[in-house]
Amino acid sequence: MNVVVTRPPSLPKALEHLAEAEDRPTIIAGGTDLMVLVNARAIAPEAVLDIHGLNVLRGIRVQGGRLHIGALASYRDIIGSEHVQSLAPALVEASRTVGAVQIQARGTLGGNVANASPAGDTLPVLAAQGCDVVLASTNGERRVRFDDLFLGYRRLDMRPDELIVRFEMDLLPEGAVSGFRKVGTRLAQAISKVMLAGVGVVDAGGTVTSLRLAVGSVAPVPLRLHAAETAALGKPLAEAAEAAGEAAREEVTPIDDVRSTADYRREVTGRLVARFVRSLARSI
Amino acid sequence: MNVDVIFHLNGRRLTVDDVSPMQRLLDTLREELRFTGTKEGCGEGECGACTVLLDGVPVNSCLIPIGQIDGASITTVEGLSEGRELSTLQRVFVEEGGAQCGICTPGILLAARALLDEQSDPSRDAIREAIAGNLCRCTGYQRIVEGIEKAAAEERAAKEA
Repeated sequence: MNVVVTRPPSLPKALEHLAEAEDRPTIIAGGTDLMVLVNARAIAPEAVLDIHGLNVLRGIRVQGGRLHIGALASYRDIIGSEHVQSLAPALVEASRTVGAVQIQARGTLGGNVANASPAGDTLPVLAAQGCDVVLASTNGERRVRFDDLFLGYRRLDMRPDELIVRFEMDLLPEGAVSGFRKVGTRLAQAISKVMLAGVGVVDAGGTVTSLRLAVGSVAPVPLRLHAAETAALGKPLAEAAEAAGEAAREEVTPIDDVRSTADYRREVTGRLVARFVRSLARSI
Repeated sequence: MNVDVIFHLNGRRLTVDDVSPMQRLLDTLREELRFTGTKEGCGEGECGACTVLLDGVPVNSCLIPIGQIDGASITTVEGLSEGRELSTLQRVFVEEGGAQCGICTPGILLAARALLDEQSDPSRDAIREAIAGNLCRCTGYQRIVEGIEKAAAEERAAKEA
């Protein structure tokens, strides 16, 4: 294979390389998406920037009260992190559904986002909990809210000379319940048919006071269900669940593909949303 | 633009010279080094036949470019036995009928090895999750799970002895 691979010894050197390159090289981190394409001969990159060795991007820490997850943190790192377990448990759940242990050992959160698949398992969680995506270039750091990151199908607000360096997760609100559910053919090694991530708060009287819902695999991008969220607010749980479920069915734009049908996806989205809203009862 | 890669394979330090950094670890093992115990089943990280341990952790070697292996410690199925003597895990696995055609076996044994190195008394659920990335077309998995469970018990007994 005729390829030039650059393995920068540091993040600044990696960013310099990106700034100087005429065409953006193919980035490789854990390789669990890229190598599939290379092996299938779907792509034949000529210039590769191998960032896998940039350990400075692997850290998971709590800083200024927020959870910082480095772009090169693997799913295995995330699953094993006490910080993520306590501050973003839905991200642990989502990471456990990615592939299997072999993929989880190598795949990275930054890679999942940069790959920008509508079926990326972590994406609905990042959308529902809320996070800042921090991008770096030789011009410094730029922050984009995850809600604003996707410009369209597989297109991110990311410049050719930028790298995702970390994710700064919003803290869950007081008393919030967070959840993640992936519906797929198998418990492992499955691309989802439908996914839902949610963060909700219900008051002592059983009224929904806060709700964030995001879905995957039912639109070209991971989608916040604003209408479903609004439909649930201020309502008692049972009513909120039904209203949100109905609204969600209208909000998503699923397609028929090898994994599922639009009808199935639409129906299951509605059910997952209703079920999640009902599950808020456990926090009362 | 080829590279030289230095790493540990089954405890021995070795150098692979003048190799494309994008060559798959799987191919380096099988073609360059003639360690053919690791198999290719799918080339897309779905079947686990290519599983090796990288610093003790199971990975799909079909998805790892050799350029990222510099300084790493790799264990293949060949590293499980002591010369021609099968390890407890291998012996019990075969005795319990965990292997039929054998093509998934190297990957499964390594996934099991990593599990038992982390948990000496794993539940059946833990065993199933540990091998969820290893597909078997022959056995229906039941004997595989039982084999791993029994091997774990024998390893524990040997430690306590």
